[in-house]
Amino acid sequence: MNYFELFSLSPSFELDTALLSERYRELQRAVHPDKFANASEQDKRLAVQHTAQVNDGYNTLKHPISRAEHMLSLKGIDLSHESTTVKDTMFLMQQMEWREALEEINDSDDPDEAIEHLHQSFGEYRREIMALLAQKIDSDEASVLEQAADLVRKLKFMDKLQAELERAEDALF
Amino acid sequence: MALLQIAEPGQSAAPHQHRLAVGIDLGTTNSLVAAVRSGVADTLADESGRHALASVVRYSEDGVQVGVDAERFSAQDPLNTVVSVKRFMGRSLSDIQAKDASLPYHFSASENGLPLFNTQAGQFNPIQISADILRPLVNRAEKTLGGSLEGVVITVPAYFDDAQRQGTKEAASLLGVKVLRLLNEPTAAAIAYGLDSGQEGVIAIYDLGGGTFDISILRLNKGVFEVLATGGDSALGGDDFDHALADHLQRSWQLTSLTASEHRALLIESRRVKEALTEQASVTASLTLEQGKVHEQVVDKAQFDALIESLVKKTIASCRRALRDAGIGNDEVLETVMVGGSTRVPLVRERVEGFFGKAPLTSIDPDRVVAIGAAIQADILVGNKPESDLLLLDVIPLSLGIETMGGLVEKVVSRNTTIPVARAQEFTTFKDGQTAMAFHVVQGERELVADCRSLARFTLKGIPPMAAGAAHIRVTFQVDADGLLSVTAMEKSSGVQASIQVKPSFGLTDEEIGTMLKDSMAHAKEDIERRMLAEQQVEAARVLESLSAALAKDGELLDEAETAAIQAGMANLAQVASQSDTDAIEKAIAALDDASQSFAAKRMDNSIRLALKGQSVDNI
Repeated sequence: MNYFELFSLSPSFELDTALLSERYRELQRAVHPDKFANASEQDKRLAVQHTAQVNDGYNTLKHPISRAEHMLSLKGIDLSHESTTVKDTMFLMQQMEWREALEEINDSDDPDEAIEHLHQSFGEYRREIMALLAQKIDSDEASVLEQAADLVRKLKFMDKLQAELERAEDALF
Repeated sequence: MALLQIAEPGQSAAPHQHRLAVGIDLGTTNSLVAAVRSGVADTLADESGRHALASVVRYSEDGVQVGVDAERFSAQDPLNTVVSVKRFMGRSLSDIQAKDASLPYHFSASENGLPLFNTQAGQFNPIQISADILRPLVNRAEKTLGGSLEGVVITVPAYFDDAQRQGTKEAASLLGVKVLRLLNEPTAAAIAYGLDSGQEGVIAIYDLGGGTFDISILRLNKGVFEVLATGGDSALGGDDFDHALADHLQRSWQLTSLTASEHRALLIESRRVKEALTEQASVTASLTLEQGKVHEQVVDKAQFDALIESLVKKTIASCRRALRDAGIGNDEVLETVMVGGSTRVPLVRERVEGFFGKAPLTSIDPDRVVAIGAAIQADILVGNKPESDLLLLDVIPLSLGIETMGGLVEKVVSRNTTIPVARAQEFTTFKDGQTAMAFHVVQGERELVADCRSLARFTLKGIPPMAAGAAHIRVTFQVDADGLLSVTAMEKSSGVQASIQVKPSFGLTDEEIGTMLKDSMAHAKEDIERRMLAEQQVEAARVLESLSAALAKDGELLDEAETAAIQAGMANLAQVASQSDTDAIEKAIAALDDASQSFAAKRMDNSIRLALKGQSVDNI
């Protein structure tokens, strides 16, 4: 399933999210099971299936990481079933540093400040990778696409870190 | 039996007559029914002018009593008088007893571990008891509206899991009532407020009822209500305020052992004090024990606030989490809607206002707002407002996962994913020649199976024998618009559709459902047969009506042969449905479904195309 086609959008990483949301709502109006509350069981089943697909497409395209993954899979690079590994030593060092910082939040004099600081550095780093990804992913060259795949893997690492940071934040309340 | 209507191509079928549908708020403490009449949605009153029906059922020699008639007995006959049955819905007996050991009932466990209340009139499970609460509401509606209902919308807490939703739907089906939709309570409240004001933006619904707390973050945009995130606690509500106060009074009066009815009387007094503290600065609590001794104590607002502070704090923590799930900052929330009687507690309003930074909306009665919203949605779903733009996009409240090695959970569908949703997951065999595989589906956010709710277990059978790891089994989990799960599975290399039996962990066995159906009707066998016939006839009418409307609208998608095949099937179904052979009707519906399958798919694709037409189509 090519979700860009489903939403009638051009397959580009830089996506007009307002337009995506607009199309999403239009499609939902056409296929949502509530529009078939009085229809036959067959129509209802079909409506559920189509709506599930529209929902999946929307969620895939809405988030930059899954959008990038979807674009790569359309170009023959499937990341969804691999266990994420990154070989970039600099990147791994940085990850370890951040993990240590996460563990030390509780011992810090001002945990709120420590969390805010980490939020900022994560955000900056993500923006950097994202900008690089936008340059590479629209390419058709295999080697460039491999670089893009690597950037997506890095973003997945960052997602996990971000989730851990949020858990640490939760624990403070 | 409706006659087949064939309209000229291009013409729509005759305009629909007004169909009767209602919204029902099946609450922990009170239940309400509402309908849209002459364009206005409001709750319906009983003969004595009461709108709320106390969600209390008594089973005794006098038969089944519901509402105030039952509530009167709650202190003197607690064993046979079930209150707050909603708290037991979809829960196992062991869950319930672990949480509260002081319940005044005599329980037994069903085959699947469901609680059965042993009463003078026999054993009843929470689904039957909920059906007994729904029955007078449905009767009231049919009497007031003057006809039988075509469907109902029943509200459930957004936080209800699959077992709890399934149970609620089964309660309605025991009465033979068609459920158009299970609607999340907060969403219903937003509908009640949102339609008139025509607002656009993010809205928070803070819903603190008797037994449950829900926080929902919604976005309103051009008639679409999109649930961005929900959170809450399915076991936290105003009843807990009563319990906190009751515990406090019990301690300060040094009452070590209370009888069941004294305990109930203490709870009732605690609720009275709580409610009075909304208006007054201090209230005197008093309790008369069975030997005649009277205890009294003055409770002021500050004391009460201190008792419930930690409970209210828990709700605010849920609000913070829900906002983050939605990716919304506190200051982006346009309005906060208050739902549920417990939002009358002043400390609750203070804390909510403090967190969201503005006074919450309270103009619609917080006890009725949910039923009113449900009635509006029912009116639309049943087809009375074809021009309506309202569309509800809901999310799944708790993650669905499956058990993997070592008792860990692998998430298949994560919390706050928009529903309906379908997710496929692939599995393989780990032994040569393995032909079966067992699955355990759980719902919850924790990483260990033991910390989540067990939803269902099923066994996949009929896998063709292959070498270990060679079979690719694709299991598809589908959650429908009501938040209910279904599972299908297929072995990919051979295309074998493996059979699946989903056995809900806390559901009913088929025999139990059969017995309940019988119990719910006076003349069991005949009634069941008559009802099954009626249900098939209704479905036949629905199929014929929707197909003739579809032919009128989209007939040009078909060639002559296809049209002829469908029309022959319709004529056959119309003929069979006018007679009384249930099986034959079922077969004729299936045959017509088959004949019209590709038409249905074409229409769906066509409507997708039409939906995007007029949009500037990007060049690819």
